[in-house]
Amino acid sequence: MNILTGNDLKTGAVVWWDGNNWSLNIEDAVDVGDDAEAIMAREEQSRRVNVPYAVAATLTDGVPRPDHIKDRVRGLGPTVRPDLTLKPDDPSAITEII
Amino acid sequence: MTNLIRLRDDAPVNDPVADFEACCDQSNATAVRIEPGDDARALLPFLDRLNLVEVNFPAFGDGRGYSAARILREAGFTGEIRAVGDVLVDQVNNMKRCGFDAFAPDAPLDADDLETALNRWPEDYQAAADASTPIWNKRHE
Amino acid sequence: MYSYDQYDQAMVDARVAEFRDQAQRRIDGKLSEDQFKPLRLMNGLYLQLHAYMLRVAIPYGTLNGRQMHALADIADKYDRGYGHFTTRQNIQYNWIKLEDAGDILADLAAVEMHAIQTSGNCIRNISSDHFAGAAQDELVDPRPYAELLRQWSSFHPEFMYLPRKFKIAVIASDTDRAAMRLHDIGIQIVKNEAGELGASFYVGGGMGRTPMIAPNIRSFVPLDQLITYSEACLRVYNRYGRRDNKYKARIKILVHELGAEEYTRQVEEEFAHLLQQGIEPPIAELERIRTFFEDPAFEDGPKTIDRSDPDFALWVDRNTHRHKHDSYVSAVVSLKPVGGIPGDATAEQMHLMAELAEQYSFDELRVMHTQNVVLPHVKIADLHALWTKLDAAGLGTPNLDQIGDIIACPGLDYCSLANARSIPLSQKISERFAANGKQDILGELKLKISGCINACGHHHAGHIGILGVDKKGVENYQLSLGGSEAEDTALGKITGRGFDEAGVIDAVETVTDVYLAQKQGEERFLDTYNRIGMAPFKEALYD
Repeated sequence: MNILTGNDLKTGAVVWWDGNNWSLNIEDAVDVGDDAEAIMAREEQSRRVNVPYAVAATLTDGVPRPDHIKDRVRGLGPTVRPDLTLKPDDPSAITEII
Repeated sequence: MTNLIRLRDDAPVNDPVADFEACCDQSNATAVRIEPGDDARALLPFLDRLNLVEVNFPAFGDGRGYSAARILREAGFTGEIRAVGDVLVDQVNNMKRCGFDAFAPDAPLDADDLETALNRWPEDYQAAADASTPIWNKRHE
Repeated sequence: MYSYDQYDQAMVDARVAEFRDQAQRRIDGKLSEDQFKPLRLMNGLYLQLHAYMLRVAIPYGTLNGRQMHALADIADKYDRGYGHFTTRQNIQYNWIKLEDAGDILADLAAVEMHAIQTSGNCIRNISSDHFAGAAQDELVDPRPYAELLRQWSSFHPEFMYLPRKFKIAVIASDTDRAAMRLHDIGIQIVKNEAGELGASFYVGGGMGRTPMIAPNIRSFVPLDQLITYSEACLRVYNRYGRRDNKYKARIKILVHELGAEEYTRQVEEEFAHLLQQGIEPPIAELERIRTFFEDPAFEDGPKTIDRSDPDFALWVDRNTHRHKHDSYVSAVVSLKPVGGIPGDATAEQMHLMAELAEQYSFDELRVMHTQNVVLPHVKIADLHALWTKLDAAGLGTPNLDQIGDIIACPGLDYCSLANARSIPLSQKISERFAANGKQDILGELKLKISGCINACGHHHAGHIGILGVDKKGVENYQLSLGGSEAEDTALGKITGRGFDEAGVIDAVETVTDVYLAQKQGEERFLDTYNRIGMAPFKEALYD
């Protein structure tokens, strides 16, 4: 599957395209198929997202898992600071993305 | 040219603009356009007959034109040096410091933003092609 | 240290106003990201893997207690309670909001700090010897020259859109603690036969994907021509540096392709021309700047320590450096705790370092390019009290220049350019060598890790270097040996095929075992490597 990510223009937060809006959680990311370019152009134009790009991912246990480790780190947070990730209370979250 | 901004009082130069090669070859051109890769020093023998040098910025991130303008001013050129192409409001003050006194941007500049940009800096640290006295000279006047 | 006058303050204040305006125009849609990106980069604002990152300049690595307190406050107020000290003697914050950036710059300006030109294709923060003004072996304090260059390069109208970034280092001793010859311009302040001070210029060094050691292009530039000569070096680069390929755009490629001799000829020609332009600052300005760097009022006192506490004695032996006054030392605050993140400091730790500087070091701190912090002028009599407080705060690890004193770039945990993680590797290596006790017998061993070919972790210059690469989406690490960024500057050589994370940690231990088996007398790892060459290491690694 193809999912979209980018950063919120004002806050810089990593966001994922959920079909209608930009979510902070990669779990909400939807497959955009061949529409990536059109969605990114539109969303960037309206400044709802900054520097968006498409990520190849595989649906794993019902959740999109980016194929590249970089985007998996992006989806969670720094592996060296579990306390600063999106899942600070889930000790297995980091080992799952590495 | 609707987007022309001039920081000089004389009448705009509307002479036909020769390209760099033609200017160096033909003896009567009075206006020339140089590209980033052209050697501004090759124009020095012709400065007496030139009224206008256009320095093209195909992309604002290519900074060679700043050196070109300064080299022309250092050689005593007093004609118009016009920045053309991808000229953005956040670059005009540095261009002015390097000796540009006219701007013909591809996209029009917001008049208020331009005014702000040209008046942003109270001082300058270093010498360039403008008349500004550097801070380090002011400190020891 | 240097402090602003009304001119410096006015310039920094104007920059804050300019960036507020630019950020607002970006938010309002008047600037596209392509247009805004170079503007934000010139104010140190990156868009990284998780958020915006702000890099704050610490000119030549020198700051005072008030400034360090302010950096801590920024970490608390706008970030997540910590900051990361970098190999350019700067600090960066990882979780910044664009809408806060103007306020942060204003907070910095209030303590005479800024983020000007900490990124972008312009002249970056000038780096220097972290023991400047304190080291026993220096000719003069190099920082006045670095400050003059700071002023010259700030907002230089001709050099804001160079082909690529441009880094300058200034030192003034034969011992190189600033990787001077791995800079775009490295300057060593020297004396000529007549006893006059001048600048020796090395141009075209750098790390990155094509590492090069800068050749000397002029052994003596009189101090009243320092700026003019620098301007000539830059102008030749701005005009002729390659712009067709980002990876060939650094000045090292220009110098390499032209040859040092031809580049020098062009610089000399431009220099002769610029000398006629009267762009040099008055020499009185250098004199004015020098007055800010005069020695503090050192007092005589005890010259030795009480060695009855072995932990304290070890720390003094490892983490202090000889001072020009024999009752003082420069003390290194380690930001490399065993298993920690190299260069990270919490706001609390920053506040403590600021207080300790105020109390014990004439209100001065330095950031080292090796991502530690120095208290440059500490009385030997105060060392025990200082160490006790550092140790209690996790800042007293006795590992300066040991295998645990690792330089590591942020890597894939933070950086959008990275191919592999650097930090976890450094954590595991420091843990391994602390646990097996080998750190204590290995002596000086500089290990440097980069998470991609851009070499922010200086891996080319590591006695042992590690480069993270992307092997079909999986992290892989190349090992290199024999690099140095000191006065014996050398580029490391790759041992052979790469390793996975566990494999490269084992490989590091293997090469250190080869060293321990082969070492003669007082040889360091690097000395042994230089004597016996790569073959014995390769054999142990791959056969």
